[in-house]
Amino acid sequence: MKRLFPVAALAFFVLLPVWMRDQYYLNELIVTGIFIIAAMSLNLLLGYAGQLSLGHAAFFGIGAYVSALTSLGFTVTIFGFEVTHGPWPAFVGLLFGIIASGICGFLIGKLAFRVRGAYFVIVTISFAEVVRLVALNWVELTNGPLALSNIPPITLGFDWTGSITLWGKIGNYYLVLAFIALAYVVIEQLVKSPFGRAMIALRENETLALSVGVSVTKYLVLAAVVSGAIAGAAGSLYAHYILIIDPMIFMFLNTVTMVIMVIAGGKGTLAGPLVGGLVFGIAPVILRAYVRPEVQWILYGALMILIVYMLPDGIVPAIARWSGGVAEGKSGKTGS
Amino acid sequence: MSGEATSAGEPILSIERVAVHFGGVTAIADLTFDVRKGELLSLIGPNGAGKTTAFNVITGFLKPSQGVVRFKGRPLAGLKPNEIAALGLVRTFQRTNLFDKCSVFENVLIGLHRRANARLVGTLLGLPRERRLEQDLREKVWEILGLVGLSDQWRELGASLPYGNQRLLGVALALAADPEALLLDEPVSGMNASETGRFVELIRKLRSRGLTILLVEHDMPMVMGISDRIVVLNYGRIIANDKPEAIQKDPEVIRAYLGQGVRHA
Repeated sequence: MKRLFPVAALAFFVLLPVWMRDQYYLNELIVTGIFIIAAMSLNLLLGYAGQLSLGHAAFFGIGAYVSALTSLGFTVTIFGFEVTHGPWPAFVGLLFGIIASGICGFLIGKLAFRVRGAYFVIVTISFAEVVRLVALNWVELTNGPLALSNIPPITLGFDWTGSITLWGKIGNYYLVLAFIALAYVVIEQLVKSPFGRAMIALRENETLALSVGVSVTKYLVLAAVVSGAIAGAAGSLYAHYILIIDPMIFMFLNTVTMVIMVIAGGKGTLAGPLVGGLVFGIAPVILRAYVRPEVQWILYGALMILIVYMLPDGIVPAIARWSGGVAEGKSGKTGS
Repeated sequence: MSGEATSAGEPILSIERVAVHFGGVTAIADLTFDVRKGELLSLIGPNGAGKTTAFNVITGFLKPSQGVVRFKGRPLAGLKPNEIAALGLVRTFQRTNLFDKCSVFENVLIGLHRRANARLVGTLLGLPRERRLEQDLREKVWEILGLVGLSDQWRELGASLPYGNQRLLGVALALAADPEALLLDEPVSGMNASETGRFVELIRKLRSRGLTILLVEHDMPMVMGISDRIVVLNYGRIIANDKPEAIQKDPEVIRAYLGQGVRHA
């Protein structure tokens, strides 16, 4: 029964382009989808492990830059040595982007989980700012504010199989959709396993978690690695879709967007970031048609306040309560 | 009968010359005692005698100012609480301590962490080994819930349980961690007589399984009834260490409990 809803939602979005071929709307859906992946990754850290990362755009941006640079190639001089990297296929870039952000998640986790709560928040903000400054000033590598352009789109397949390059909207739409489904399954497997339960235990009651043998650093670092890697995947998809990135990708607003999606949708629920992401991804598109930009932002803010005020746990837990069903994640006798 | 059989056991937990000072305040002055394998040892004493402090030192939540705690011969200095739990030394807490927003079932499932040796890759791929492990864990939860008598409340939230059941769930959580030695911190405080009776039954069941128990408790009839041996603390020092019958007659213990006014007890 519980499987029914995600599968129905997936089927709906698979079929959506059959009747909705408007390029503008498809574009909005793709970008929203990419941010939903990033929000899902943040949800693992914020919703399940209970640690607020306010530098999540850093993982997103690192994934984008690493992926773009891998596929574009670059020449930099480090300590007098010239290092040259030739252009590699975009999907290798995607892979490297995921790995690089995962490693950053590991380092931040190791560093920051000695301190938690407000200190962790500060460390993550600083991390994002440092990375932004590097991207802005290491012009030789990143082109600085002039942006990395001509990023190749992702090509699926190999020479011997024949391949397709995802230039258009439809191809990217399905690529992003596939990654959302993949991220969903990865996070679902994780949070319903002993690994995820250890994270939830640390979020709920750290002292008690310790007393039954849960290691704080091990599981928080694991959450940060997986979260960073998934955010990196989102960033990479972004780079190979938009085809141009600049240091603005690290801006705080991107992090805030992810946080809003998670909080509004319902942190600590699998569907939360998806629902929150759709609401806050689609709302601007609808508003844009009727009101001027300034009014849009005000309404956007009002919508956010309304949701947080009326549904403090987020949309998904509220729906779960209304429908009278057992809330998500409450597994039991019949759970497998 | 079990008391006779186990009193000759090897020391499984040794507290050697442990002292704890908070600034200028001495919580524990000098504490030395052993808990033998299979034994039920009670640690009693007036409020503020240092019982909970001793628990915190033993389980690694507090560093002693001096002294050593050994479990199965291994010094515990420098180990984190989760590492000590991983050795099989598990505690409960004095104040009710549960995963409040999780169901009874989930609480115990979390408690089984030590036995859940899932592999990350297998988990992400949903491999058969990890599925089977998850199934085993769920069966284990039912076994533990049955043992403490909370099977019928499995889907209630931890926070919504009546007080006595919350304490039982606290013990279930500790049992889930597969202890060799279990430290119970005032498990029946605030319980009514029938709840206490139920709890004593549980402790007897656990003992019959060979579990070593260190108990801190104020309920004297209960302590006298179930302990093999009692250690009495006062102002951070041991004033008696003997069988319950001897403790009841010990003049210094009576003085500590009844106060200075009774000089000729």
